[in-house]
Amino acid sequence: MSFAWANSYEPKTDLTKWLDEKLPVPRLVYNAIGAGYPVPRNLNYMWNFGVLAGFFLMFQIITGIILAMHYAANTDVAFGQIEHIMRNVNYGWLMKYAHANGASFFFMVIYLHIFRGFYYSSYKAPREMIWLLGVVIFLLMMATAFMGYVLPWGQMSFWGAKVITGLFGAIPFIGEPLQVWLVGGYAPNNSTLNRFFSLHFLMPFVILGAVILHIWALHIPGSSNPTGVEVKKESDTVPFHPYYTAKDGWFLGLVLSLFAFVVFFAPNALGHAENWIEANPLSTPALIVPEWYFYPFYAILRAFTGDLTIPFTGIVLIEAKLLGVIAMFGSILLWFFLPWLDKSPVRSGSYRPLFRIFFWIFVVDMAALFYLGGAKAEEPFIVMSQIATAWYFLHFLVILPIISQIEVPKALPFSITEAVLGKDEGSSKSATPSAPPAGAMPEPAE
Amino acid sequence: MTIRLGGILFGLAITGVLLLWSLLPGALNFAFPTKPDYYAFQEKNIAPEGGFSFDGPLGKWDTQQLQRGYQVYKEVCSACHSLKFVAFRNLQEIGFTEPEVRAEAASWEVPGIDPKDGSAIKRPGIPTDQFPSPYANEVEARAFNNNALPPDLTLITKARKDGVHYVYSLMQGYNEPDPEDVAKSPDFETPPGLYFNEYFYNINIAMPPQLLDGIVTYSDGTEATTEQMAQDITAFLTWAGEPSLIKRKQTGWFVIGFLLFATFLGFMSYKTVWATKKPKKGSPDLV
Ligand code: HEM
Repeated sequence: MSFAWANSYEPKTDLTKWLDEKLPVPRLVYNAIGAGYPVPRNLNYMWNFGVLAGFFLMFQIITGIILAMHYAANTDVAFGQIEHIMRNVNYGWLMKYAHANGASFFFMVIYLHIFRGFYYSSYKAPREMIWLLGVVIFLLMMATAFMGYVLPWGQMSFWGAKVITGLFGAIPFIGEPLQVWLVGGYAPNNSTLNRFFSLHFLMPFVILGAVILHIWALHIPGSSNPTGVEVKKESDTVPFHPYYTAKDGWFLGLVLSLFAFVVFFAPNALGHAENWIEANPLSTPALIVPEWYFYPFYAILRAFTGDLTIPFTGIVLIEAKLLGVIAMFGSILLWFFLPWLDKSPVRSGSYRPLFRIFFWIFVVDMAALFYLGGAKAEEPFIVMSQIATAWYFLHFLVILPIISQIEVPKALPFSITEAVLGKDEGSSKSATPSAPPAGAMPEPAE
Repeated sequence: MTIRLGGILFGLAITGVLLLWSLLPGALNFAFPTKPDYYAFQEKNIAPEGGFSFDGPLGKWDTQQLQRGYQVYKEVCSACHSLKFVAFRNLQEIGFTEPEVRAEAASWEVPGIDPKDGSAIKRPGIPTDQFPSPYANEVEARAFNNNALPPDLTLITKARKDGVHYVYSLMQGYNEPDPEDVAKSPDFETPPGLYFNEYFYNINIAMPPQLLDGIVTYSDGTEATTEQMAQDITAFLTWAGEPSLIKRKQTGWFVIGFLLFATFLGFMSYKTVWATKKPKKGSPDLV
């Protein structure tokens, strides 16, 4: 599954020859992330975040396993156990802060990865499956992070868990029993903590499995690129190693330096002070909000303040809480339909003048939702989050489909080679601004 | 096509519901919030002149100060507040020697059992004991404190927003209410058993003023003013909340230095690897 001109693996030593016959792992690595994988030569830094996400996934798994060696999932001792890690375990404070801030960085990286996808419409054919798996991964990540945040059993752990599990109670008829079943009681308790620990340990490995599928799916068409013009020939590509290993390598160093700065000098800047207070079911915090990476979706949840009623009768059709829950889950689930909502044949936002304007408006809208999700539930924030939420849905479900019908895209370069070098022998230079049809990519060899 | 049509319909439906049933009713009687008519507490904390010794990336503990702060905790705060995640042995980190720690531990009474008959007794502490709680349980603690619960102080500087400066401010916040603010807030009063403190979120706090000038006599001869004691106890509690603070910052310098160096090397090799692939102005020899 690669282009015809991909380098092929030649084992050189007796050992690698022997290994290649018995279990060709070196060949697999060579073809997946080595010199045997041709990648478009014009990728910009937005294409670095996939590898960074992979790094942070492994980082979370490793620090998490170490933390689990010293943690105890029991409501009587969990909070003190974290203090034990912070104080008595060798470099326990480092593991705890690295894991907590690692989650934040993981989400930062993923948000950039997803927004790269929005701008360059990486979700379009032939990469729909990569995108669909990505959305699954994102949902799994949210569930994992939510359950992880409950483990220290601080005030926000408890009350956040109570609010979020309470959402299931909004489902008609089966809501209450479902919620009690999920939580193992009427409010988060020792059973909840135990199952959350179990699942929080398990789910990263499920994510890892989904990531392997994600990358497998990626290797069939190969990466897209900032022009959105598919690879046509060898001069459009460079081998992944050493070109992209070098680029990913130094960029990882840069991001890690930033990460280290937060871990060592401002480890609590991204968290909530309340979570350093042990959970107390009898004392409700003044403001219950999740971690920052859930803010946009929390803002959408809270935007629905009025029940859906039949006007002038007072008959409630759908309660506000359920509307909020539908909208919150819907806001992510709609990403699954993105490849079919945006039918513009041009991929890259850089060649789509109208799309580009709305893309940046959407970025501002998301930034607003990020801010509003953490704000107090009072005016003017409520009205603002209602407007921002409305725009969110309009953008994906109404504006994108319409733009893709009416927009006149700019002329695309003939090839990646032409985009980089300014010339390409194969180009007739008369290339009309027609986008490559979805299947216009070289037949993947093998 | 069906997906797009369905999407548009769902999108219009959900925004319609949001705008008509949630936004519209709210917008009809929307008013920007004005200044509250209750006495609002000071969200902005004060900081000691020149800051704390442990502030900033180059901060260090002032062990002399931490020991003074320990003295304030022991002689004043510990009457009501526990410090349950700190053990006596930890005092070695703030400059006590091993025999001093043993003596210090022995000066505290901790719960134990009588080795002869197993009944509950108080015994002198040993270095591995944690600081004992002044009350047997929450009910007793509330009974002694006008139904308020004195929180454990181990993590207090992390458990409040801007916690270090908050503790420093709160200790000095027992001022007279501002007459202008009082005039603006008709409901303002300080009920009996509570004390006005402008840094407390509730404005009235159940803890009486503690750090009265000279309430402790520092063994190192420092003059025990309210401000001095507030600084010292804040430093001590910051250490108690995060004993690894200074080690963390020092490790940070080393790690970031290493990472930046590795990044620099990585960047140079990236430049070398890509030299022939990157278009440079006026160089035709690209492949
Ligand atoms: C643990 C999480 C994830 C990992 C480790 C991961 C990894 C990767 C890697 C290594 C690549 C190739 C390099 C790159 O394009 O940056 C990639 C591409 C891609 N990822 Fe992810 N990913 C993750 C999550 C997601 C999510 C949440 C989405 C979307 C919702 C997503 C959508 C995509 C798409 C569409 C591509 C192809 C981009 C293109 O070639 O234009 N990924 N991913």
